[in-house]
Amino acid sequence: MNPNKTNTLILCDHCGDTCSRAQTTFGDKVFCCEGCKSVFQILNNYHLCTYYTLNDHPGKTQKNTFRKDKFSFLDDEEIARKLIHFSDGQQTNITLYLPQMHCSSCLWLLENIHRVNPNIISSRVNFRKKEVFMTFDVTQASLRDVVETLTRIGYEPHLSLEDVTTSQLRKSDKKGWYKIGLAGFCFANIMMLSLPDYFSGSQAIEPIIRKAFTILILALSLPVITYCANEFFVNAWHGIKSKYLNIDVPIALALLITFGRSIYEISTGTGTGYLDSMSGIVFFMLIGRVVQDRTYQTITFDRDFKSFFPIAVNVLKNNLVQSVPVNELKKNDILQIHHQELIPADAMLSKGNAEIDYSFVTGESMPVTIHKGEIIYAGGKQIGGVIELLVVKEVSQSYLTNLWNKENYKTEKPPSYTFTELLSKYFTYIVLGIATVAGVYWFQQGQTHLMWNALTTILIVACPCALLLASNFTNGNMLRLLSRNKLYLKNADVIESLAKTDTIVFDKTGTLTQTATMNVRYEGQILSDQLKKQISALLVHSNHPLSRAVLTYLDIQVVPLSENHKIIENKGVEGWLNECHFKVGSPAFTGVNIDDINGSQVCVTREGQMIGIFKVSNAYRLGLSNLFRSLKSKFKLAIISGDNASEYDLLKIKTGLEVELLFDQSPHDKLAYINYLKENRKAKVLMIGDGLNDAGALKASDVGFAVCDDDNNFTPAADGIIHASKISILDQIMRYIQSGKRIIIFSFGISIVYNIIGLYFAVQGTLSPVIAAILMPSSTISIILITYGLSQLMARKYKLN
Amino acid sequence: MSVIVLLLLVSLAISGGFLIAFIWGVKDGQFEDNYAPAQRMLFEDGEENNIEKQKEIK
Repeated sequence: MNPNKTNTLILCDHCGDTCSRAQTTFGDKVFCCEGCKSVFQILNNYHLCTYYTLNDHPGKTQKNTFRKDKFSFLDDEEIARKLIHFSDGQQTNITLYLPQMHCSSCLWLLENIHRVNPNIISSRVNFRKKEVFMTFDVTQASLRDVVETLTRIGYEPHLSLEDVTTSQLRKSDKKGWYKIGLAGFCFANIMMLSLPDYFSGSQAIEPIIRKAFTILILALSLPVITYCANEFFVNAWHGIKSKYLNIDVPIALALLITFGRSIYEISTGTGTGYLDSMSGIVFFMLIGRVVQDRTYQTITFDRDFKSFFPIAVNVLKNNLVQSVPVNELKKNDILQIHHQELIPADAMLSKGNAEIDYSFVTGESMPVTIHKGEIIYAGGKQIGGVIELLVVKEVSQSYLTNLWNKENYKTEKPPSYTFTELLSKYFTYIVLGIATVAGVYWFQQGQTHLMWNALTTILIVACPCALLLASNFTNGNMLRLLSRNKLYLKNADVIESLAKTDTIVFDKTGTLTQTATMNVRYEGQILSDQLKKQISALLVHSNHPLSRAVLTYLDIQVVPLSENHKIIENKGVEGWLNECHFKVGSPAFTGVNIDDINGSQVCVTREGQMIGIFKVSNAYRLGLSNLFRSLKSKFKLAIISGDNASEYDLLKIKTGLEVELLFDQSPHDKLAYINYLKENRKAKVLMIGDGLNDAGALKASDVGFAVCDDDNNFTPAADGIIHASKISILDQIMRYIQSGKRIIIFSFGISIVYNIIGLYFAVQGTLSPVIAAILMPSSTISIILITYGLSQLMARKYKLN
Repeated sequence: MSVIVLLLLVSLAISGGFLIAFIWGVKDGQFEDNYAPAQRMLFEDGEENNIEKQKEIK
């Protein structure tokens, strides 16, 4: 982006961006912009420069400075009260989400923030959640002061409508950990208490001690069966009620039988029971669940429009500016929107130059010019000066909000048997069959005692817990490996749905194209070096993304200074160079007529004569052709775009003939297309999209991936979030996911070997607790090792990190 | 033999102590953020103090 490349790149001491020629300095420090410099000055004033010694360039760029009254809405008590946790009139507690937090410098600075603003009594960072918990003195400072202090040092809290409409505290799941702790404790102690009995035979131990041991074992097993294992019983009960044989049903049955038989043995004095094996299996299954259900603390999958919208917006009433909460906006209110602010409701432009960036909605980052009287849809972001808008529809009625709330989109996916549940079903039938055969055999032999023995021990030894463990550990490890490759899945069921996928539908803008880099094509007179320099000389003054793109394209090292220039915001630059009048900017500004309305154009005229046009469009991601080539062999592919068909030929060449290309698709068309694929072609669809206009399609598809450009991006609700840079390795990821099923089957096969050994004893009615106590942990540990090793190996095979 | 019963109770008490410590830790949120505490202990406290000390020396 830097037109003035010198031999050594000068990096901003605050954020590490390259500095342009117009850099600012402070002492021996160099900064890319005034924002970064002012952050440094604040920190320097308060002796907080340790910030810069902990990490190199710890800051984030401050090019977007904040407006003075931006946080005035926090003075509204109603709004402030919804944000704070607790206040006693002296001190107030608040938790703020700071997406900029990324290194130990941030941590250090945020916990020393009381030096910048002494009214902040304490601050504590939760780095994983990117949250800071603060206590401040209400008598001295307001919430607005605290938020402004944070913003001034470069950490602007993310405050959204969601924070004030939904409850604050996200409860983290600690119950699972309590259960594991308790089950582990009971398991270890029961095991220890059982050992003397196993190794010494019943004679060597005094009967009293033996009795004491069994009572203790029984006491320790009670919390396991009643508290730790209760989720298995609850799930099983839900399954039975809805006539759906999930994997928890046979597990709950096995647990009950094991416990019942153990009680019987202990009360009749015939044995010590299988309580050690039982608590062991509960312990391992709980670990498996936690491994699989790990959550990403900074990622939310169920975002709705509320987390995109600001809390309050400026409304003009009788020529006075007021902050009004977004959900109290009325029709015909006049909004005042500043640079970089989001438009929260469908509104008509009444004053000012609007350049709207709809990247939230469509993924297209190139701003669109809106003329007076035209409608701006909610979700657009204003770039440039202040504009005034007349609200046409309330927030809850707007086009975007309707998209979220439409009944169509709410269709829940019907429950279907997952692959492991199907396996467990057959497994259970087989085990029940074996038990019946063995039972009938011993009954006919007249050995009722052995019959009961065989019946119960078969069910004890062959419960499908091994299968549950195999799938939990495989899925858990795959989720972990995928997240390392920046694909974050909502839960383990998504892995299974992905493995069934046969059709992949891509959105174009923002998904297949890059938002950051732009493609520039030039048409017109041949550009001489002289001409290039002259155009650069004008464009260097403009911060508009189009100007930046053209500057990068021209790639001029040393830019001459223009003699005289004038910037018309959002339109272009004009100026005198070598006594010629130049105009560079939009077609309307330069007076050039263009019939091609696709993409964005920058026109150049000299003395009113057109020289040429730069056509700027988003560039396609690298490696796209390769990706489509390798995906084609396994999947049906389609690209669906809201744009017009101008890039049809280019895309056809890039992707190949078999790929279906659809243009001019509205959000509703996209949804309809997905439903068509699912119903008429019986396809299992993976939809990949980024903007809110894909939200419906993402939800309707079997699996929806939202694309994000950086980890803090806000994405629509989806089953998975994939980092933009990883789209090019989608084929490897899909192959890896499909290998998961094989891993589960293989490790389950291994566990069946253990099961057969156990069944060998069980059908004869001679399965002793010792054998069960040896088989159970060895089968569990081999499953954990095999699933871990294989999923790691597969990841290496498909060249994932 | 009764010494075994005593040992048994002692071992139960010790492991029970660990269980309580674990539950306490979970409740306190010790396992929620595994990055911040590790970094926090590396920070020098009070840069201001150092500056003041240096001034005193001068």
